[in-house]
Amino acid sequence: MKYLDEYRDPEAARRYAEALTRTVTRPWTLMEVCGGQTHAIVRFGIDRLIPPEVTLVHGPGCPVCVTPVELIDRAVQIASTPGVIFCSFGDMLRVPGSRGDLFGASAAGGDVRAVYSPMDAVAIARRNPDRQVVFFAVGFETTAPANALSVARAAQEGLENYSILVSHVLVPPAVEAILSSPSNRVQGFLAAGHVCTVMGYREYEPLASKYRVPFVVTGFEPLDLLQGILMCVKQLEEGRYEVENQYSRSVEPEGNRQARDLVSSVFQVVSRQWRGLGSIPSSGLGLREPYARFDALARFGLTEGSQEESSECRAGEVLTGVLRPEDCPAFGRSCTPETPLGAPMVSNEGACAAYYRYRRMEEPCPSN
Amino acid sequence: MSGEDLARSGRVSFGGIVREVSLACLPEAQPGEYVLVHAGLAIGSIDEEEAERVFRYLEELGEIE
Repeated sequence: MKYLDEYRDPEAARRYAEALTRTVTRPWTLMEVCGGQTHAIVRFGIDRLIPPEVTLVHGPGCPVCVTPVELIDRAVQIASTPGVIFCSFGDMLRVPGSRGDLFGASAAGGDVRAVYSPMDAVAIARRNPDRQVVFFAVGFETTAPANALSVARAAQEGLENYSILVSHVLVPPAVEAILSSPSNRVQGFLAAGHVCTVMGYREYEPLASKYRVPFVVTGFEPLDLLQGILMCVKQLEEGRYEVENQYSRSVEPEGNRQARDLVSSVFQVVSRQWRGLGSIPSSGLGLREPYARFDALARFGLTEGSQEESSECRAGEVLTGVLRPEDCPAFGRSCTPETPLGAPMVSNEGACAAYYRYRRMEEPCPSN
Repeated sequence: MSGEDLARSGRVSFGGIVREVSLACLPEAQPGEYVLVHAGLAIGSIDEEEAERVFRYLEELGEIE
Protein backbone atom coordinates (compact mmCIF):
# COMPACT_ATOMS: atom_id res chain seq x y z
CA MET A 1 0.00 0.00 0.00
CA LYS A 2 1.38 3.34 -1.00
CA TYR A 3 2.45 5.86 1.63
CA LEU A 4 2.42 3.24 4.36
CA ASP A 5 4.98 0.40 4.06
CA GLU A 6 7.73 2.77 3.01
CA TYR A 7 7.50 4.45 6.38
CA ARG A 8 8.12 1.14 8.15
CA ASP A 9 11.40 0.31 6.44
CA PRO A 10 13.69 -1.22 9.09
CA GLU A 11 16.92 -0.13 7.39
CA ALA A 12 15.86 3.50 7.29
CA ALA A 13 14.73 3.20 10.92
CA ARG A 14 18.13 1.94 11.92
CA ARG A 15 19.82 4.85 10.14
CA TYR A 16 17.58 7.33 11.96
CA ALA A 17 18.41 5.69 15.28
CA GLU A 18 22.12 5.95 14.47
CA ALA A 19 21.76 9.61 13.52
CA LEU A 20 20.07 10.21 16.87
CA THR A 21 22.89 8.49 18.73
CA ARG A 22 25.42 10.73 16.98
CA THR A 23 23.39 13.87 17.69
CA VAL A 24 22.58 13.46 21.36
CA THR A 25 25.08 14.68 24.00
CA ARG A 26 22.92 14.76 27.15
CA PRO A 27 19.54 13.49 28.47
CA TRP A 28 16.34 14.93 27.04
CA THR A 29 12.68 14.25 27.86
CA LEU A 30 10.18 14.51 25.03
CA MET A 31 6.41 14.10 25.10
CA GLU A 32 4.30 12.80 22.27
CA VAL A 33 0.84 14.23 22.76
CA CYS A 34 -1.33 11.92 20.69
CA GLY A 35 -2.52 8.50 21.84
CA GLY A 36 -2.17 7.17 18.32
CA GLN A 37 1.51 8.09 18.45
CA THR A 38 1.85 6.39 21.87
CA HIS A 39 0.46 3.18 20.40
CA ALA A 40 2.81 3.32 17.42
CA ILE A 41 5.81 3.97 19.70
CA VAL A 42 5.01 1.03 21.96
CA ARG A 43 3.95 -1.30 19.14
CA PHE A 44 7.01 -0.68 16.95
CA GLY A 45 9.40 -0.40 19.90
CA ILE A 46 10.51 3.11 18.94
CA ASP A 47 11.34 3.83 22.58
CA ARG A 48 13.79 0.92 22.50
CA LEU A 49 15.36 1.87 19.21
CA ILE A 50 16.40 5.35 20.29
CA PRO A 51 19.46 6.05 22.49
CA PRO A 52 18.87 5.86 26.26
CA GLU A 53 19.52 9.60 26.68
CA VAL A 54 16.18 10.32 25.01
CA THR A 55 13.16 9.60 27.21
CA LEU A 56 9.68 9.59 25.73
CA VAL A 57 6.75 10.33 28.02
CA HIS A 58 3.15 9.90 26.98
CA GLY A 59 0.68 12.76 26.88
CA PRO A 60 -3.06 13.25 27.30
CA GLY A 61 -3.92 12.88 23.63
CA CYS A 62 -6.62 10.31 24.15
CA PRO A 63 -10.03 11.97 23.96
CA VAL A 64 -11.78 8.86 25.26
CA CYS A 65 -9.44 8.86 28.28
CA VAL A 66 -10.09 12.49 29.20
CA THR A 67 -13.88 12.37 28.88
CA PRO A 68 -15.21 13.11 32.40
CA VAL A 69 -16.82 10.27 34.34
CA GLU A 70 -19.99 12.35 34.64
CA LEU A 71 -20.38 12.44 30.88
CA ILE A 72 -20.03 8.66 30.68
CA ASP A 73 -22.79 8.46 33.32
CA ARG A 74 -25.01 10.81 31.25
CA ALA A 75 -24.31 8.70 28.16
CA VAL A 76 -25.39 5.57 30.02
CA GLN A 77 -28.47 7.40 31.31
CA ILE A 78 -29.47 8.57 27.82
CA ALA A 79 -28.74 5.17 26.28
CA SER A 80 -30.99 3.57 28.87
CA THR A 81 -33.90 5.87 27.99
CA PRO A 82 -36.65 3.99 26.08
CA GLY A 83 -36.82 4.81 22.38
CA VAL A 84 -33.30 6.23 22.16
CA ILE A 85 -30.77 4.94 19.64
CA PHE A 86 -27.36 5.76 21.15
CA CYS A 87 -24.45 5.82 18.71
CA SER A 88 -20.79 5.97 19.62
CA PHE A 89 -17.26 5.17 18.49
CA GLY A 90 -16.59 1.58 19.49
CA ASP A 91 -13.93 2.15 22.09
CA MET A 92 -16.25 4.28 24.26
CA LEU A 93 -18.43 1.28 25.00
CA ARG A 94 -16.30 -0.18 27.79
CA VAL A 95 -15.12 3.04 29.41
CA PRO A 96 -16.19 2.77 33.05
CA GLY A 97 -18.58 5.34 34.43
CA SER A 98 -19.39 5.50 38.14
CA ARG A 99 -22.19 2.96 37.71
CA GLY A 100 -21.39 0.84 34.68
CA ASP A 101 -20.62 1.48 31.04
CA LEU A 102 -22.41 1.72 27.68
CA PHE A 103 -21.80 -1.95 27.01
CA GLY A 104 -23.73 -2.70 30.19
CA ALA A 105 -26.53 -0.34 29.09
CA SER A 106 -26.75 -2.30 25.86
CA ALA A 107 -26.81 -5.62 27.71
CA ALA A 108 -29.68 -4.24 29.82
CA GLY A 109 -31.73 -3.59 26.69
CA GLY A 110 -30.59 -0.14 25.51
CA ASP A 111 -30.17 0.36 21.74
CA VAL A 112 -26.45 1.17 21.65
CA ARG A 113 -24.71 1.09 18.27
CA ALA A 114 -21.00 1.38 17.49
CA VAL A 115 -20.48 3.55 14.42
CA TYR A 116 -17.45 4.58 12.40
CA SER A 117 -18.58 8.14 11.72
CA PRO A 118 -21.11 10.68 13.05
CA MET A 119 -22.50 10.63 9.50
CA ASP A 120 -23.59 7.04 10.18
CA ALA A 121 -25.57 8.35 13.18
CA VAL A 122 -27.19 11.02 10.98
CA ALA A 123 -28.18 8.30 8.50
CA ILE A 124 -29.75 6.34 11.39
CA ALA A 125 -31.66 9.49 12.41
CA ARG A 126 -32.90 9.87 8.83
CA ARG A 127 -34.14 6.28 8.75
CA ASN A 128 -35.79 6.44 12.21
CA PRO A 129 -37.69 9.75 12.35
CA ASP A 130 -39.78 8.63 15.31
CA ARG A 131 -36.78 7.91 17.55
CA GLN A 132 -34.24 10.12 19.27
CA VAL A 133 -30.79 9.40 17.87
CA VAL A 134 -27.83 10.57 19.96
CA PHE A 135 -24.17 10.53 18.92
CA PHE A 136 -21.40 10.62 21.54
CA ALA A 137 -19.25 13.36 20.05
CA VAL A 138 -15.90 12.67 21.67
CA GLY A 139 -12.64 13.91 20.20
CA PHE A 140 -9.88 16.41 19.69
CA GLU A 141 -9.70 18.86 16.81
CA THR A 142 -9.29 16.00 14.32
CA THR A 143 -12.83 14.76 14.91
CA ALA A 144 -14.48 18.16 15.37
CA PRO A 145 -15.03 18.75 11.62
CA ALA A 146 -16.92 15.45 11.23
CA ASN A 147 -19.05 16.21 14.31
CA ALA A 148 -19.68 19.77 13.10
CA LEU A 149 -20.68 18.44 9.69
CA SER A 150 -23.17 16.03 11.26
CA VAL A 151 -24.91 18.87 13.11
CA ALA A 152 -24.81 21.19 10.07
CA ARG A 153 -26.40 18.50 7.90
CA ALA A 154 -29.00 17.59 10.51
CA ALA A 155 -29.94 21.28 10.79
CA GLN A 156 -30.14 21.64 7.03
CA GLU A 157 -32.31 18.55 6.59
CA GLY A 158 -34.53 19.34 9.58
CA LEU A 159 -33.49 16.15 11.43
CA GLU A 160 -34.74 17.38 14.79
CA ASN A 161 -34.49 13.86 16.26
CA TYR A 162 -30.66 14.01 16.06
CA SER A 163 -28.49 15.32 18.90
CA ILE A 164 -24.89 15.04 20.07
CA LEU A 165 -23.44 14.53 23.54
CA VAL A 166 -20.41 16.80 23.32
CA SER A 167 -17.05 15.91 24.81
CA HIS A 168 -14.67 17.89 22.63
CA VAL A 169 -11.27 18.95 23.86
CA LEU A 170 -8.43 21.04 22.39
CA VAL A 171 -4.73 20.17 22.40
CA PRO A 172 -2.87 23.49 22.94
CA PRO A 173 -4.55 24.26 26.32
CA ALA A 174 -3.65 20.77 27.57
CA VAL A 175 -0.06 21.27 26.45
CA GLU A 176 0.05 24.61 28.24
CA ALA A 177 -1.39 23.01 31.40
CA ILE A 178 1.46 20.49 31.32
CA LEU A 179 4.13 23.13 30.60
CA SER A 180 2.91 25.45 33.35
CA SER A 181 2.88 22.72 36.00
CA PRO A 182 5.71 23.15 38.56
CA SER A 183 6.56 19.44 38.26
CA ASN A 184 6.92 19.52 34.47
CA ARG A 185 9.93 17.64 33.07
CA VAL A 186 8.98 17.77 29.38
CA GLN A 187 11.59 19.63 27.32
CA GLY A 188 10.24 19.11 23.79
CA PHE A 189 6.97 18.05 22.15
CA LEU A 190 5.96 15.91 19.23
CA ALA A 191 2.74 17.61 18.19
CA ALA A 192 -0.14 15.48 16.92
CA GLY A 193 0.01 15.19 13.14
CA HIS A 194 -3.68 14.67 12.45
CA VAL A 195 -4.86 17.41 14.79
CA CYS A 196 -2.49 19.72 12.92
CA THR A 197 -3.78 18.53 9.53
CA VAL A 198 -7.01 20.25 10.55
CA MET A 199 -5.72 23.13 12.70
CA GLY A 200 -2.29 23.88 11.29
CA TYR A 201 0.49 24.66 13.76
CA ARG A 202 0.45 28.41 14.27
CA GLU A 203 -1.04 28.11 17.77
CA TYR A 204 2.11 26.36 19.04
CA GLU A 205 4.35 29.31 18.16
CA PRO A 206 3.38 31.41 21.21
CA LEU A 207 3.83 28.32 23.43
CA ALA A 208 7.27 27.62 21.98
CA SER A 209 8.43 31.20 22.70
CA LYS A 210 6.78 31.57 26.08
CA TYR A 211 8.11 28.30 27.52
CA ARG A 212 11.23 28.05 25.30
CA VAL A 213 10.28 24.53 24.22
CA PRO A 214 10.58 23.07 20.70
CA PHE A 215 7.54 21.55 18.94
CA VAL A 216 7.79 19.19 15.98
CA VAL A 217 4.54 18.29 14.20
CA THR A 218 4.94 14.53 13.75
CA GLY A 219 3.18 11.71 11.92
CA PHE A 220 2.40 8.20 13.07
CA GLU A 221 4.54 5.74 11.15
CA PRO A 222 7.87 4.56 12.61
CA LEU A 223 9.96 6.74 10.28
CA ASP A 224 7.76 9.77 11.00
CA LEU A 225 8.25 9.31 14.74
CA LEU A 226 12.00 8.77 14.39
CA GLN A 227 12.41 11.81 12.16
CA GLY A 228 10.25 13.90 14.51
CA ILE A 229 12.32 12.81 17.52
CA LEU A 230 15.56 13.57 15.66
CA MET A 231 14.36 17.04 14.61
CA CYS A 232 13.28 17.78 18.19
CA VAL A 233 16.55 16.56 19.73
CA LYS A 234 18.54 18.59 17.19
CA GLN A 235 16.65 21.70 18.27
CA LEU A 236 17.35 20.95 21.93
CA GLU A 237 21.05 20.30 21.28
CA GLU A 238 21.29 23.54 19.32
CA GLY A 239 19.36 25.57 21.90
CA ARG A 240 16.50 26.33 19.50
CA TYR A 241 12.81 26.36 20.40
CA GLU A 242 10.86 26.61 17.17
CA VAL A 243 7.85 24.95 15.66
CA GLU A 244 8.88 22.57 12.87
CA ASN A 245 6.82 20.32 10.64
CA GLN A 246 7.92 16.72 10.11
CA TYR A 247 4.52 15.64 8.77
CA SER A 248 4.66 18.01 5.82
CA ARG A 249 3.03 15.52 3.44
CA SER A 250 -0.24 16.12 5.33
CA VAL A 251 0.15 19.29 7.36
CA GLU A 252 0.24 22.89 6.19
CA PRO A 253 0.91 25.85 8.50
CA GLU A 254 -2.72 27.01 8.37
CA GLY A 255 -4.25 23.53 8.32
CA ASN A 256 -7.49 22.84 6.47
CA ARG A 257 -9.39 26.11 6.04
CA GLN A 258 -12.76 24.52 5.13
CA ALA A 259 -12.59 22.22 8.14
CA ARG A 260 -11.69 25.02 10.54
CA ASP A 261 -14.47 27.28 9.21
CA LEU A 262 -17.01 24.47 9.53
CA VAL A 263 -15.96 23.82 13.12
CA SER A 264 -16.10 27.49 14.12
CA SER A 265 -19.52 27.96 12.53
CA VAL A 266 -21.02 25.13 14.61
CA PHE A 267 -18.86 25.15 17.78
CA GLN A 268 -17.41 27.74 20.14
CA VAL A 269 -14.55 27.47 22.64
CA VAL A 270 -15.67 26.69 26.22
CA SER A 271 -14.00 25.54 29.42
CA ARG A 272 -13.98 21.79 29.96
CA GLN A 273 -13.34 19.18 32.63
CA TRP A 274 -10.62 16.68 31.71
CA ARG A 275 -10.81 13.31 33.42
CA GLY A 276 -7.65 12.99 35.46
CA LEU A 277 -6.51 16.58 34.89
CA GLY A 278 -9.38 18.69 36.23
CA SER A 279 -10.88 21.83 34.72
CA ILE A 280 -8.86 23.68 32.05
CA PRO A 281 -10.22 27.06 30.84
CA SER A 282 -10.97 27.52 27.14
CA SER A 283 -9.97 23.94 26.49
CA GLY A 284 -13.00 22.49 24.75
CA LEU A 285 -15.82 23.01 22.32
CA GLY A 286 -19.55 23.49 22.86
CA LEU A 287 -22.36 24.08 20.37
CA ARG A 288 -23.04 27.67 19.30
CA GLU A 289 -26.46 29.17 20.01
CA PRO A 290 -28.01 28.51 16.54
CA TYR A 291 -27.25 24.79 17.06
CA ALA A 292 -27.88 24.58 20.81
CA ARG A 293 -30.98 22.45 20.27
CA PHE A 294 -28.70 19.66 19.00
CA ASP A 295 -26.99 19.35 22.39
CA ALA A 296 -28.08 16.05 23.95
CA LEU A 297 -27.81 17.31 27.55
CA ALA A 298 -30.30 20.09 26.69
CA ARG A 299 -32.44 17.70 24.63
CA PHE A 300 -32.83 15.31 27.55
CA GLY A 301 -32.97 17.97 30.27
CA LEU A 302 -29.74 16.90 31.97
CA THR A 303 -26.80 18.71 33.49
CA GLU A 304 -23.25 17.45 33.42
CA GLY A 305 -23.07 16.92 37.20
CA SER A 306 -19.96 15.91 39.11
CA GLN A 307 -18.73 12.55 40.24
CA GLU A 308 -15.98 10.99 42.33
CA GLU A 309 -13.31 9.00 40.55
CA SER A 310 -12.06 5.55 41.56
CA SER A 311 -9.15 6.23 43.90
CA GLU A 312 -7.18 3.24 42.67
CA CYS A 313 -7.07 4.57 39.11
CA ARG A 314 -4.10 6.86 38.45
CA ALA A 315 -5.08 7.96 34.97
CA GLY A 316 -4.24 11.61 35.65
CA GLU A 317 -0.59 10.74 36.32
CA VAL A 318 -0.43 8.52 33.25
CA LEU A 319 -2.00 11.18 31.03
CA THR A 320 0.56 13.81 32.06
CA GLY A 321 3.52 11.50 31.60
CA VAL A 322 4.35 11.30 35.30
CA LEU A 323 3.58 7.61 35.76
CA ARG A 324 4.34 4.82 33.29
CA PRO A 325 1.41 2.39 32.93
CA GLU A 326 3.58 -0.60 33.79
CA ASP A 327 4.55 1.09 37.09
CA CYS A 328 0.94 1.41 38.23
CA PRO A 329 0.20 -1.17 40.97
CA ALA A 330 -3.15 -1.99 39.39
CA PHE A 331 -1.72 -2.60 35.89
CA GLY A 332 -2.57 -6.09 34.67
CA ARG A 333 -3.96 -7.00 38.08
CA SER A 334 -7.20 -5.27 39.09
CA CYS A 335 -7.04 -3.22 35.88
CA THR A 336 -7.23 -4.96 32.50
CA PRO A 337 -9.07 -4.14 29.25
CA GLU A 338 -11.91 -6.43 30.34
CA THR A 339 -12.09 -4.93 33.84
CA PRO A 340 -10.71 -1.41 33.41
CA LEU A 341 -10.43 0.95 36.38
CA GLY A 342 -10.18 3.92 34.06
CA ALA A 343 -10.27 4.96 30.44
CA PRO A 344 -6.56 4.65 29.43
CA MET A 345 -6.79 0.87 29.76
CA VAL A 346 -9.75 0.55 27.45
CA SER A 347 -9.37 3.22 24.79
CA ASN A 348 -7.50 2.28 21.63
CA GLU A 349 -5.49 5.47 22.14
CA GLY A 350 -4.91 4.92 25.84
CA ALA A 351 -1.32 4.51 27.05
CA CYS A 352 -2.23 1.70 29.47
CA ALA A 353 -3.96 -0.22 26.70
CA ALA A 354 -0.86 0.16 24.51
CA TYR A 355 1.43 -1.28 27.18
CA TYR A 356 -1.01 -4.07 28.01
CA ARG A 357 -1.35 -5.05 24.38
CA TYR A 358 2.30 -4.89 23.29
CA ARG A 359 4.46 -5.32 26.39
CA ARG A 360 2.53 -7.41 28.91
CA MET A 361 4.04 -10.76 27.90
CA GLU A 362 7.58 -9.68 28.65
CA GLU A 363 8.94 -11.21 31.81
CA PRO A 364 11.68 -9.43 33.76
CA CYS A 365 15.07 -11.17 33.53
CA PRO A 366 15.56 -13.60 36.42
CA SER A 367 18.39 -12.57 38.72
CA ASN A 368 21.19 -15.08 39.41
CA MET B 1 -21.37 26.03 3.09
CA SER B 2 -24.27 25.22 0.77
CA GLY B 3 -26.31 22.03 1.02
CA GLU B 4 -24.52 20.62 -2.02
CA ASP B 5 -21.08 21.36 -0.57
CA LEU B 6 -21.96 19.70 2.74
CA ALA B 7 -23.35 16.64 1.00
CA ARG B 8 -20.42 16.11 -1.40
CA SER B 9 -18.94 12.65 -0.98
CA GLY B 10 -16.68 10.19 -2.73
CA ARG B 11 -15.68 6.56 -2.66
CA VAL B 12 -12.34 5.92 -0.96
CA SER B 13 -10.42 2.67 -1.01
CA PHE B 14 -8.78 1.75 2.30
CA GLY B 15 -6.36 -0.88 1.03
CA GLY B 16 -9.14 -2.53 -0.97
CA ILE B 17 -12.12 -1.85 1.29
CA VAL B 18 -14.22 0.88 -0.31
CA ARG B 19 -16.24 3.27 1.84
CA GLU B 20 -18.21 6.39 1.18
CA VAL B 21 -16.35 9.39 2.61
CA SER B 22 -17.52 12.98 2.98
CA LEU B 23 -15.57 15.50 0.87
CA ALA B 24 -17.22 18.54 2.48
CA CYS B 25 -13.83 19.76 3.75
CA LEU B 26 -11.79 18.79 0.68
CA PRO B 27 -13.65 20.34 -2.28
CA GLU B 28 -10.59 20.18 -4.54
CA ALA B 29 -10.11 16.39 -4.12
CA GLN B 30 -9.76 14.53 -7.43
CA PRO B 31 -10.21 10.86 -8.29
CA GLY B 32 -6.95 8.97 -7.89
CA GLU B 33 -5.63 11.14 -5.06
CA TYR B 34 -4.55 9.83 -1.67
CA VAL B 35 -6.53 11.43 1.14
CA LEU B 36 -6.39 11.43 4.93
CA VAL B 37 -9.72 10.30 6.37
CA HIS B 38 -10.88 10.59 9.96
CA ALA B 39 -14.27 9.38 11.21
CA GLY B 40 -15.72 9.31 7.70
CA LEU B 41 -14.52 12.78 6.65
CA ALA B 42 -11.56 13.54 4.36
CA ILE B 43 -9.47 16.13 6.22
CA GLY B 44 -6.45 16.43 3.95
CA SER B 45 -4.65 15.05 0.93
CA ILE B 46 -1.14 13.62 0.71
CA ASP B 47 1.45 15.84 -0.97
CA GLU B 48 3.57 13.48 -3.10
CA GLU B 49 6.64 15.67 -3.09
CA GLU B 50 6.62 16.19 0.64
CA ALA B 51 6.06 12.46 1.11
CA GLU B 52 9.60 11.87 -0.14
CA ARG B 53 11.05 14.24 2.44
CA VAL B 54 11.37 11.56 5.13
CA PHE B 55 13.83 9.73 2.86
CA ARG B 56 15.61 12.78 1.46
CA TYR B 57 16.28 13.91 5.04
CA LEU B 58 18.14 10.66 5.72
CA GLU B 59 20.24 11.15 2.62
CA GLU B 60 21.06 14.71 3.62
CA LEU B 61 22.16 13.44 7.04
CA GLY B 62 24.41 10.90 5.30
CA GLU B 63 26.11 13.66 3.32
CA ILE B 64 27.05 15.62 6.40
CA GLU B 65 29.42 13.01 7.83
